[in-house]
Amino acid sequence: MKQSVLKTAFLDTIPVMTGYLFLGFGFGIALQQAGFGWLWAAAMSLFIYAGSMQYVAIGLLSSGAGLLTAAVTTFLVNARHLFYGISMVDTYKGAGKKKPYLIFALTDETYSLVSRLPQGTNRMQYCFWVSLLDQIYWVGGSLLGSWAGAVLPLNFTGIDFVLTALFLTIFLEQWLSAADHRPAIVGVAVTTGCLVLFGADLFLIPSMAIITAILALSPKTSKEAQHD
Amino acid sequence: MIKPALTIAVIALVTIGLRFLPFLIFGENRKTPPVIAYLGQVLPYAIMGMLVVYCLKDVRLTAAPFGIPQAIGCAVVALLHIWKRNTLLSIGGGTLCYMLLVQFVFV
Repeated sequence: MKQSVLKTAFLDTIPVMTGYLFLGFGFGIALQQAGFGWLWAAAMSLFIYAGSMQYVAIGLLSSGAGLLTAAVTTFLVNARHLFYGISMVDTYKGAGKKKPYLIFALTDETYSLVSRLPQGTNRMQYCFWVSLLDQIYWVGGSLLGSWAGAVLPLNFTGIDFVLTALFLTIFLEQWLSAADHRPAIVGVAVTTGCLVLFGADLFLIPSMAIITAILALSPKTSKEAQHD
Repeated sequence: MIKPALTIAVIALVTIGLRFLPFLIFGENRKTPPVIAYLGQVLPYAIMGMLVVYCLKDVRLTAAPFGIPQAIGCAVVALLHIWKRNTLLSIGGGTLCYMLLVQFVFV
């Protein structure tokens, strides 16, 4: 019985596997280029385990950013996890010993798999295997990238663009599938405005505050627009 | 090497805190406030836009190469994605294109 749940979980995670091996590989190379070897890559992928934040962290590490900046940046980049958590509160009730790991390992991609599953007897087992397999892919990809960055005689200058490409692709995917484009426009417009006003070192916090305020103060109009 | 280790520890702790907080607050049968539920729907779209701008924050439009490699890279990502809607193809194609540009064209 356990084997068949594992098999289902494995088959469902194949798209995540390709993505995580690829993005983890890019992360490992970029981290290696910044002067941090495989132990750093392993530690970050094991203990942080948040793809976009780990890419952002490379910049923080190599620029020697302060701990407060690191904490605030992490809060801003990963605040969306609050909302994943809110929507999984009911699902993960009664998960027992596995619950802490299920919560820890709730990445964007894992969320996309475990949040759409119908109720079933082996549901928790399934969620556990999906979470664990996804992290194995991510750690594996990071280590492979770290090794490649150190060993392969290739010029990886420009590999950091993989992060821009990742966010832009997710942004476009959301744009193409969303009915209401205002949140996306607010995000880009406010951040660009703050970048011009506050400069590249200080703009992230005011951006996030203004975006949240604008979106929180306009829920009624958006909901009405969706219904009309 | 202590500073990077501390930085990683801080990032890990904040991330873990964010992931656990909803389960601690809404652990029992408390209803999610409507504003929070609404932010949960729309914030991901705005944050992704913010992160795209964040990635391009160090581009200088007033000095060579005037952000041209980034502009071409982003255009390739966008065109590939609208054409095939294959996430890995868009990311891989755009990154490869950018790497070739900064290594061989805009050296």
